[in-house]
Amino acid sequence: MPPEVALAIILLPFFSFVIISFVIRPFLKNRPQLSGYITIASIGASLLLSMWVLIEVIKAPGHVLPMPDYQWLVVGDIAISIGVTLDSLAAVMLIVVTSVSLLVQIYSQGYMHGDPGYSRYFAFMSLFTCSMLGLVLADNLLFLYVFWEGVGLCSYLLIGFWFHKPEAARAATKAFVVTRIGDFGFLAAILFLFAKTGTFDIGELHQLALIGALGGTVLTWAAIGVFSGAVGKSAQFPLHTWLPDAMEGPTPVSALIHAATMVAAGVYLVARLFPMFAHSPQAMITVAIIGGFTAIFAATIGLVMNDIKWVLAYSTISQLGYMMLGLGVGGLAVGIFHLFNHAFFKALLFMGAGSVNHATGTFDIREMGGLRKAMPWTFATFLIASLSIAGIWPLSGFWSKEGILAHAWAHQPILFFLAMATVFLTAFYMFRVLFLTFGGEYRGGSSDAHPLRESPLVMILPMALLAILSVISGWLPISGFLGGESHGFFSALASPLALVSLLLAALGILLAYALYSARWLSVESLRQTFAPLHTLFSRKYWLDELYERVFVMRILVDGLFAACHWFDDQVIDGAVNGIAGGTVTAGRVIRRLQTGQLQAYGLAIFIGILAIVACFLIFG
Amino acid sequence: MVVGLEHFLILSAILFSIGLYGALAKRNAVVILMSIEIMLNAVNIAMVAFWRYIAPVLMTGQVFVIFIMVVAAAEVAVGLAIIIAIYRSRETVDAEQIDLMKW
Repeated sequence: MPPEVALAIILLPFFSFVIISFVIRPFLKNRPQLSGYITIASIGASLLLSMWVLIEVIKAPGHVLPMPDYQWLVVGDIAISIGVTLDSLAAVMLIVVTSVSLLVQIYSQGYMHGDPGYSRYFAFMSLFTCSMLGLVLADNLLFLYVFWEGVGLCSYLLIGFWFHKPEAARAATKAFVVTRIGDFGFLAAILFLFAKTGTFDIGELHQLALIGALGGTVLTWAAIGVFSGAVGKSAQFPLHTWLPDAMEGPTPVSALIHAATMVAAGVYLVARLFPMFAHSPQAMITVAIIGGFTAIFAATIGLVMNDIKWVLAYSTISQLGYMMLGLGVGGLAVGIFHLFNHAFFKALLFMGAGSVNHATGTFDIREMGGLRKAMPWTFATFLIASLSIAGIWPLSGFWSKEGILAHAWAHQPILFFLAMATVFLTAFYMFRVLFLTFGGEYRGGSSDAHPLRESPLVMILPMALLAILSVISGWLPISGFLGGESHGFFSALASPLALVSLLLAALGILLAYALYSARWLSVESLRQTFAPLHTLFSRKYWLDELYERVFVMRILVDGLFAACHWFDDQVIDGAVNGIAGGTVTAGRVIRRLQTGQLQAYGLAIFIGILAIVACFLIFG
Repeated sequence: MVVGLEHFLILSAILFSIGLYGALAKRNAVVILMSIEIMLNAVNIAMVAFWRYIAPVLMTGQVFVIFIMVVAAAEVAVGLAIIIAIYRSRETVDAEQIDLMKW
């Protein structure tokens, strides 16, 4: 395989972005559908090339393809070369990114139909895909960081796609600023590593970590810095607040951001630098604790949200927590395996939400219901995705979740119990949404005004494909390919762990059924019983308020900014004004000498001459 | 007593000091102008004395004295004109009142 193939995978979506931005938008305004076709063609081509790469990587010894390096920058003695990594991790990620992105683009043609920003939308989507592919392939931290920021920029542009809505503009800014806090740590870690080792190359850093030249506190701090970047991008506690707000963007954007690209970037980063993390037990435990805590923390908020996209948003945060937990307990393969499976079923769930919104015009599950008859395809695919995320055998979610749970049981029993509880919560909140949306009777006003219709084929087709992938993606030997162990199709059911988690998931589904479909239990009385908890969850633990009122208003605005303002006002301006004032005052004093009396001047001249003469006589 | 160069120079210095005192201390502008004339003439005495005792062959010293007299005459003419102009506008020739150059 020629090395240009890897570059072509990155550059094809980039060319699509350039063509749309500089040819179609200025010159072919009345034919915006061309933008969609070009995007789909370029990402489809990237997908085919990615499959070629995957086949080559599978055949290669050790699942690594050696690729040439190119000189990028020479600054003094520092030469930075860039290249691509083609190993099993990158190959799997390429497939995830290109396939989900392709299906999202096809779906977008239906969802974004008639939007005035149609071309702009596809231009950003192309650039987004390009950035993510570059991030996956980069073999160099500096190069990776360029694409990392590219992903951040594109997410800003896409979340704020409908920038005329103030909430969308706010959400985009929030996503950008909150992830920036994490990025700061990442950049600091890159520079710190460079200062200590003199290289940006990921492979060389791994070698240094392996032989122990890079270790101890240096490695731990660097790993934690990198992880803070991942916390921001992958929306882990405490930097998760941007992700639910990001729902202001178009729904296909949510499907792409929360399945395969933006949030996967953080998990992928930790996986890419996994040998470094693996040599620092402190870093590993940090990753595991943050991941495990985020998983259950976000799931509890997801229980009480009434907006279908917000439930999915908190579910994404929770599942990302699972992935981080998997990585933190040493399960590189299972963590990425979960990312792989999650990409498909979560993209499908978001597309389902978009499809429902297309029909009803709302995202509020209290105003839905009974959509099963009107939208059979959406219902069927949503059901498959919900079963998959709940971890029901033999759908894809089961396999990777089992892997993570098994690793957690072996290494961190306390976090294992949190993860187990999350299995129950996940099943409950997904089926709560399912029953409220598709079961019962329609509650959203008269259906004459807004006829409930199934979405067009261009939206249903990608959903059907993703539904198939959500079923079978767990059967692929991804875990073994990435260096983990694989289970037999039926023998996996023999382990007590799997049975317990299946039982918990089934209980979750049953409880949701009892509450929201069969109505054996009253939702109201349950809410009354757990009123304080319900308030806590539905107010999202008051974290937004904490950040906004305490961190931003009190500490930053009242504290730091006020101090800076005082410093600027008093010290900087004071110095400038002081010099000016001093000069004026001195002038006012000294000008008294200018009496205007010519004779006084004469006297001064005479004394001056005497002084000069005296000096001349004494000194020289 | 032999009158030597130093006697002329002492006389010149005394005259110059008197002139300087007058120029710096007197209030009347006309007296100040007269004092300046005394200082110029003190210089003239010194010039002539130097010529006579140090370089009697060259006429440089005498020529300079003639020049200074001419300049002094012109200066008196201009100076008196200025004083009259000031007197016409301010009705005084008191130097302390003439302080337009004040801050």
